[in-house]
Amino acid sequence: MIQREATEAELKNLAEELLNKAKVKGASAAALNIQKGEGLSAEVRMGDVETLEYHRDQSLSITVYFGQRKGSSSTADLSVNAINDSLDAACRIARYTSEDKFSGLADAALMAGETPDLDLYHPWDIDAETAIQLAIRTESAALNADSRINNSDGASLNSYAGLGVYANSHGFIKSQSGSQHYINCAVIAQKDALMERDGWYDVSRVSSQLDSPETIGKVAAEQVLKRLDARKLATCEASILYDPRMARSLISHFSSAISGAAQYRKASFLLNSLDKAFFPEFIHLYEKPYIPQALNSAAYDREGVATREQDFIQAGRISNYLLSSYSARKLGMQTTANAGGAHNLCLASTGQSFSELLTLMDTGFLVTELMGSSVNGVTGDYSRGAAGFWVEKGEIQYAVKEVTIAANLKDMYKNIVAVGNDIDIKSGTRTGSILIEKMTIAGSA
Amino acid sequence: MNTMDYAQDHILDPAGLTESHLDEVFSHLLTDQSDLSDLYFQSSRYESWTLEDSIIKNGSYTIEQGVGVRTVIGEKTGFSYSDEIALDALIASAQAAKAIVKSPQSGRVKIWSRQQNKQSFYTKDNPLQSLAEEEKIALLHHIDKAARAMSPYVQQVTANLSGDFETILIADQDGKLSADVRPLVRMNVSVIIEKDGKTESAGSGGGGRVCFDYFTEKERALGYAHEAVRQALVNIDAIAAPAGTMPVVLGSGWPGVLLHEAVGHGLEGDFNRKGTSAFSGKMGEYVAAKGVTVVDNGTMDQRRGSLSIDDEGTATQNTTLIEDGILKGYMLDKLNARLMGKQSTGNGRRESYAHLPMPRMTNTYMLAGEMLPEDIIASVDKGLYAVNFAGGQVDITSGKFVFSASEAYLIENGKVKQAVKGATLIGNGPEAMHDISMIGNDLALDSGVGNCGKAGQTVPVGVGQPTLKIDQLTVGGTA
Repeated sequence: MIQREATEAELKNLAEELLNKAKVKGASAAALNIQKGEGLSAEVRMGDVETLEYHRDQSLSITVYFGQRKGSSSTADLSVNAINDSLDAACRIARYTSEDKFSGLADAALMAGETPDLDLYHPWDIDAETAIQLAIRTESAALNADSRINNSDGASLNSYAGLGVYANSHGFIKSQSGSQHYINCAVIAQKDALMERDGWYDVSRVSSQLDSPETIGKVAAEQVLKRLDARKLATCEASILYDPRMARSLISHFSSAISGAAQYRKASFLLNSLDKAFFPEFIHLYEKPYIPQALNSAAYDREGVATREQDFIQAGRISNYLLSSYSARKLGMQTTANAGGAHNLCLASTGQSFSELLTLMDTGFLVTELMGSSVNGVTGDYSRGAAGFWVEKGEIQYAVKEVTIAANLKDMYKNIVAVGNDIDIKSGTRTGSILIEKMTIAGSA
Repeated sequence: MNTMDYAQDHILDPAGLTESHLDEVFSHLLTDQSDLSDLYFQSSRYESWTLEDSIIKNGSYTIEQGVGVRTVIGEKTGFSYSDEIALDALIASAQAAKAIVKSPQSGRVKIWSRQQNKQSFYTKDNPLQSLAEEEKIALLHHIDKAARAMSPYVQQVTANLSGDFETILIADQDGKLSADVRPLVRMNVSVIIEKDGKTESAGSGGGGRVCFDYFTEKERALGYAHEAVRQALVNIDAIAAPAGTMPVVLGSGWPGVLLHEAVGHGLEGDFNRKGTSAFSGKMGEYVAAKGVTVVDNGTMDQRRGSLSIDDEGTATQNTTLIEDGILKGYMLDKLNARLMGKQSTGNGRRESYAHLPMPRMTNTYMLAGEMLPEDIIASVDKGLYAVNFAGGQVDITSGKFVFSASEAYLIENGKVKQAVKGATLIGNGPEAMHDISMIGNDLALDSGVGNCGKAGQTVPVGVGQPTLKIDQLTVGGTA
């Protein structure tokens, strides 16, 4: 275990020292990010340990500004020589980059002041043997669930805790620390000559909040068994229900499209979309950065700007872009404290349970897996491989494999019918299942 | 200076590490049961320059340095690493890695022998120093101007030039010291065009294990700019792609990503040892149509996927995976080779010292057949001609794979017709390989931009194929 207070003090000293060195070298401004962490990963397969890994990560990245010119560097080696080389490299690079009137640190007035304790740091004092045993229990629960499950891709336990210091020449210097623990299991079921693989996982910042190995293993078994006897569908148009894990991707395409970089590059299918209604009126998407113990909580963004609760979609209208100070300046706006992304994006539910959504859909395709990335962020054209289940009269009929679903994202967003209350919190994006009225399914014939 | 001396100069000497220090580290790592143990030292420098809005917006420089320590007993691997190359850090890592076995440490390395590489496919020159900074920047500005001059519709040009220079040194429990010096450069150009109220983007690029002058030779950089603008102009007028199962003709070169996904991953040794691949247990059987021969070749000059030795010190080779439709071989690293009673094929690769090696592809491609590409197209009544792809993904176990067409055309009555929008193609690897009915005489490899991800690790690879026809594949359009 790293000693948090000692490491924090050590990294802050290093940061201050480096900011001074940058100033001496003539930089008019500078920013630093230093990370340090430790972790353990145990992987087991067929009842025995396969790998045991110890991680000790560290990294330092520097950005220097000479007026409006900028240079960056990073190093995983924190020896004095390597750090000096990195700083020299960043300064050298800044001699060759161009004047960019939009570049620079975020405004000093926006820096986070007092920051709340988000309770993100819960290192797990787990030894290798215990980690191996927990992973073995997870896999056994899956392997013993059904005789058709006859092989395994293994189970793993990962635990990581670390801390990061961000400092810049506005005098901002703060640290955020966090932990993350993860148990994963993937098994293989066979029927006739056909094999299918699937699994389950749980992730949390607090180890005691993880589902039990037995639960994770049991769900992994259910997931893979449901896939057996999957069929292709005939090419058709149908309603699509994205389960909560798949629904996240629809929000992620939206975040990319309203990111400042996509907007100022004019590389977005939602260009100049502020205040316009691209969604039904019941859609509400908002950011909640201060949820205690949540995976994407943060008190400040990558530029030290205080995060805030804010809406991105209000009553179906796009109310905000995701901006850093740079993209904000390019667009003549203010940063939204989203340098590095959003902090817990939440999509409000329209109240239905998962089974109510199935009933509401009546007939259509429940998507539980997506493959491939034919999603054009500039035009919104969307085409992805999918697997899941065919639904009729609100009941699951059979498993579906090897089809694609396609449409344009603008139409998909407009055609959202409901958002379930089966919200999955194992992610920085929180959403329930999303029901979309009509997409093209390509399958046989 | 030979590679081994260079690596000693740049990795061991600065840390004050001698052979007797390595002995000491191994004395903490080895047990009488150890099957395979090694220290993987890496020192790399990476540089990247980006032009956007016609200005040099950013440059970055990355120092990556460290050592990975592993020991393998049977199927068990203990692994630890350190970002610091120093004796005490090495000993701590060795002790951590050995925690996987309960037996006491014993044994030592007999005698250190410095291996000289018997093959070399790239320069030992540092690409980062192969052009002055002013020249790198001038090259990016040149590309920007050229791309904008190619069409009045070009609104935005982003160009990136990056180079990596990596030195590795491997010390294994058999006493072998192996080393390699690996340059890798890449250039990417992407454009956004606007025409008649519509917007579209496209990109192109290339590179290899060469120095930056590669991009100015034969006006390659200019070629990437041309290609990006051309593709964007094609796609902006594209109509909706068809939906359904139909014959698909794949162009030569980069569409080889099909092989990478449909069979390449499925023939990596680890999946087959564990019986989790759709190709498991099929050695000697027909796994593809007759006439299909697929190789993984790490020994091509200057290619992005090439290596003189892999990350375990094994010389790379040209491995036949499928010969005339019959499964002949898997790609193996040392661990899987030993457990399967075979020899490593030089496919043991790792992203860095902080990752464990596993069987990975190098340059994977299908050998040429005899058909003329135009005859292959002419044979299709109604189908799709796909010439560019944006990547793919595979489920090894079920064999299901997807890949994303980024430039494709309808074929009607044997003729190439309108361009269609990007779409996902989905199929089943073993089935698709049997459905290959025509193979062109125009084998080409990709331009050198491929990255392959597996278990969270990314390594540079090459892909290739001749024009070929697959009798049925599902095309994920909307029309």
